[in-house]
Amino acid sequence: MFHFEVVTQWIDEFLRTYLTDVWALLIEYVLIGVVILGVYAVLALVLIWLERKICAFFQCRLGPTRVGPLGLLQSVADMVKILLKELIKIDRVDPFLFRLAAFMVIIASICTFGAIPFDKGLLVIDFNIGVFYLLAVSSLGVVGILMAGWASNNKYTMIGAMRSGAQLISYELSCGLAMMTIVMLSGSLQLSEIVEQQAYAWNLWRGGIPAIIAFVIYLIAGHAETNRGPFDLPEAESELTAGYHTEYSGIQFGFFYLAEYLNMFIIAAIATTLFLGGWQPLYIPGWDAFNSTMAFIPPVMWFFAKAFACVLLSLWVRWTMPRLRIDQLLNLEWKILMPLALINILLMALWVIYL
Amino acid sequence: MQVIKDLLAQLPFATIEQKEKEYTVTVPKEKLRETATLLYNNTQLPFDYLADIVGMDYGDELGVIYFLSPSRYPSYVLILKTSTADREHPQIDSVHDLWNSAGLYEREVYDFLGIVFCGHPDMRRLFLRQDWKGYPLRKDYDANPELNPVPLSNEDLDDMENMPATVIDINGERIKNHTKLFEEEEYVVNFGPQHPATHGVLHLRVSLDGETIKKVDPNFGYIHRGIEKMSEAYTYPQILHLTDRLDYLSGTINRHATCLCVEKGLELEVPERAHYIRTIIDELTRIASHLLGWGCMAMDMGSITAFVYGMRDREKIMDIFEETCGGRLMANYSVIGGVMQDIHPNFQQRVKDFIPYMRKMLKEYHLLFTGNPIARGRMDNIGYLSQAHAISLGATGPTGRASGWSNDVRKIEPYAAYRHADFKEMLRTDGLTFDRYIIRLDEIEESLKIIEQLIDNIPGGAYAAKTKAIIKLPEGEYRQRVEAARGEFDVYINSRGDKYPYRIKFRSPCMTLVNTLAHIAPGTKVADLIMLGGSLDYVVPCIDR
Repeated sequence: MFHFEVVTQWIDEFLRTYLTDVWALLIEYVLIGVVILGVYAVLALVLIWLERKICAFFQCRLGPTRVGPLGLLQSVADMVKILLKELIKIDRVDPFLFRLAAFMVIIASICTFGAIPFDKGLLVIDFNIGVFYLLAVSSLGVVGILMAGWASNNKYTMIGAMRSGAQLISYELSCGLAMMTIVMLSGSLQLSEIVEQQAYAWNLWRGGIPAIIAFVIYLIAGHAETNRGPFDLPEAESELTAGYHTEYSGIQFGFFYLAEYLNMFIIAAIATTLFLGGWQPLYIPGWDAFNSTMAFIPPVMWFFAKAFACVLLSLWVRWTMPRLRIDQLLNLEWKILMPLALINILLMALWVIYL
Repeated sequence: MQVIKDLLAQLPFATIEQKEKEYTVTVPKEKLRETATLLYNNTQLPFDYLADIVGMDYGDELGVIYFLSPSRYPSYVLILKTSTADREHPQIDSVHDLWNSAGLYEREVYDFLGIVFCGHPDMRRLFLRQDWKGYPLRKDYDANPELNPVPLSNEDLDDMENMPATVIDINGERIKNHTKLFEEEEYVVNFGPQHPATHGVLHLRVSLDGETIKKVDPNFGYIHRGIEKMSEAYTYPQILHLTDRLDYLSGTINRHATCLCVEKGLELEVPERAHYIRTIIDELTRIASHLLGWGCMAMDMGSITAFVYGMRDREKIMDIFEETCGGRLMANYSVIGGVMQDIHPNFQQRVKDFIPYMRKMLKEYHLLFTGNPIARGRMDNIGYLSQAHAISLGATGPTGRASGWSNDVRKIEPYAAYRHADFKEMLRTDGLTFDRYIIRLDEIEESLKIIEQLIDNIPGGAYAAKTKAIIKLPEGEYRQRVEAARGEFDVYINSRGDKYPYRIKFRSPCMTLVNTLAHIAPGTKVADLIMLGGSLDYVVPCIDR
C-alpha cells in the first residue's frame, strides 16, 4: 500500500539536509498553508460543480453545460467573477464586525479542514485530542454567523443569525455525543489512532448497533450543522431572502459560500474518519484476493470516495426534503436526537465492556 | 324564493326589483346599516357572503353597490345599492364588522371614489399612494400629470402607518380620529415588495414577537395599472386584452368571463363549438395554475425540486396553448362571440396524450411531497380557517372549498360547456393548510375528467359568432361570475349604450385571499406565514389591477 507518508517524510528529510531546523520548519509551514488553501479552494469548486450537476439530475435538468466539457469550468468562471465583484459598502453596519464575520466563518472551516487525516501522514497536525479539537474549532463558525447577522443591521439577517445560533448550538450536542460514542469504542481521541484501529473492521461494523445509531445521529446532526436543507433555516431563502449573509457581496459572500460547501465536505470527512475507516480500504475477512485488490487502490482515493459518498447522501436529502420549522427543528434535536444519543452512549459502554 | 321575498318585505323604505334569481334592492344611505344588519343577521336566510363592493360615480351622485349571496343558496344574488348626493364629503356607513371582506373592499372604494365609510377604523388608500390627489374613478377626476407627478421619493412611513378613520360616537356625532398601525417598540419586518416569497410585488408589513407573528398588514398597489380606469376609455374588444393581465395564471378564464358578460349584454348566441373550446382551455389553464401553485407552495417550504417538477409539467400545457392560441401565458384566445381562431389540428391529440401523463405525474407528486414527513409536519394543524370565517372573508375557490364551503361557480351557475360535463366539486372539511394543499391536486384530477369528457365531443360548426364591427352594449348593468383558478372572478359592467363601458369592475379572488392571510397568520411562525401564502396561492397583479 502506498502511503503519502513517504512523500511528506522525503520532503522533510530533504529540507533538513540543506537547512537548519528552524528554516526547514518555516518552509514547511508555508508549504502546508499554501497546499491547504489550494486544496480547500479546489475542493470547494469541485463540490459546487458536483452539487449543481447532481441537483440538476434530481430536477430533470441538465445543469451547467456551456463552460468547458460538462460545464466543468463553470465554477472556475464563477470564482473569477466573485473575485472581481465589487464589495458594496453598506451604511450603518458595524464595519469591523461585518468584515471580521466572513473571516471567522472561513477560518473556522479551514482550521477544521487541517486536522482531517486524508492519509497516513497526510494531516497537518496529529493532536492527541484530535476529536476534541475538531469539535472546538468547528463550533467557532457560529460566532462568525452571529456576528454577520448582528453587524449587518438588517432584520432578516438578525432573524437568520438567531436561528443559526439556536440551531448550531443545539445540534453540536448530538454531534459531539455521537462522536464521543466512537471515542469510547476506540479509547482514543487521536484521529490517526482511530483510523489505524479500523484496518480490519470499520467502526461502523466494529461498534455494532450503537455505532450504526451513532452514525445516523451524526449524519443528521452534522447535516444540520452545515445549514443546508432541510435544516437551512438560517438562510431560508423563501423567508429571509438569504438569511445571515443577505448584505454581503463579492468575495465576502464568497467566503460564506465556500465555507458552506467545505463544511459539507468536512462533516462527510469526519464521518468517514470516525465511522467508515478513514483512508483504510474495505477489508472482508477471508476474501484474500479481494482484500489485496482493494489494497492496491491508494488510501487517498479511498478517503475521498467515502467522503464523497457521504456528500452525495447530504445532497440527496437537501434536494428532496422541504425545510423544517424552527420549533420542529429544536424538537427534533432536544426531544429525539439528544436523548437517543445519550442512551446510545450507554449502549456503547455496555458494548465495549461486554463484547 | 319566498324567504327572500318575506325578508325584503321587512324593508318598507327599499325599492326592489327582481330578475330571475337576482334581487336589486335600493335603499337610502341612512338605512344601509339597518338593511345590511337585517340581511346578515336574520335566521331564515343569512346573506353571509359579500362577493364584492363596487363604487359608482353616477354623474350627479356617488353610489356603492354590494353583491350579497346566501352561502346556502349561492345562486341567489342580492344587489344592495345606496348612494349619496354629497360629492364634497361623501359618507356612507361601514359594514366591515358584518362581513370581514368588506374591510378591504371599502378601502378600495375610498381610494378610487373618495367615499368615506363611517365606522371603518382604517381609511387609508388601498392601491394609490397616501398623498395622491383626487379620486381617479370619479367622472370629474383631473388626470393632469402636474397634479400627481411621478414621485421621486419614497412613500412616507408615517403616512403608511397612520390610519385615519371617521367614527360615530355615542351621541351620533361623526368625529375624525387617527390610530397607529403598530406600537412604537414593535419589531416590524417588511416582507416585500421585493421578496422571494411574495409571489409578485406584494408588501406585507409583519410585526414579530421572536419568530411568532403578531400582526400582518398587507400593502397593495405596487403593480397597480389602473385597468378599471383604462377600460373606461377602451372599446370592449380592447378591454379583453387587459383581462389576461389581471391574474396572469388564469388569464384565459378572466377573458372568458369578460366575453360572457359582454355576450350577455348583446344577447349574442355563441356557437356550441366555441363553448366547448373555451371550457377545455379554461380547464387546462386551471391545471397549469394549480401546478404552479403546488410548486410554489412546495418551494415556499424549501423544496425546490417539487417546484421544478410542477413547472416541467406546466410547460406541456403551455406548449399546447402555444400551438392553438399563439401565446403561452397571455393566450388572448376568447373573443366576443367565440374564440380567436379554430383549434390546431394537433390540439385534440396532444390534450389526449397529456391526460394520462398528468395522472402519472400526480402519483409522483404524492410520492415526492404529499407523503413526505417533513412536509406533513409543516402542513398539518396549521392555518385553520373555519367555514364561517371563510365565507365572511369571501375566500372563494379552493381555499373556501378546503374549509367545506361549496362555492364552485361551475356548479352554482353552469356556464359555457360545464353543464355537459360530469364532475364533482372537491370539498374538504378541515380547513387546514394540508386541505388547501391537497384540494388543488384533487382539482387537477377533476379538471382532467372534464377535459376527457369534452375533448372528443367538440361539436362542429363555426368557432365564433359574427359580431358587428363596433360593439355597443345596450344600456344596463351586467354581471358574470366564473370560477377562476383561485376563486370566484366576477365582471360587472355598467353600460350607458356606448362602445365604452361606463364602469367596469373585476372582482379579484386574490384580494380576499390576502385578507385571509392577514386574519389567519397571527400566532403562527414566520416560516408559516410564507407557507400559508403559498397555500392560499394569491397572484398579485389580480389584486392590484
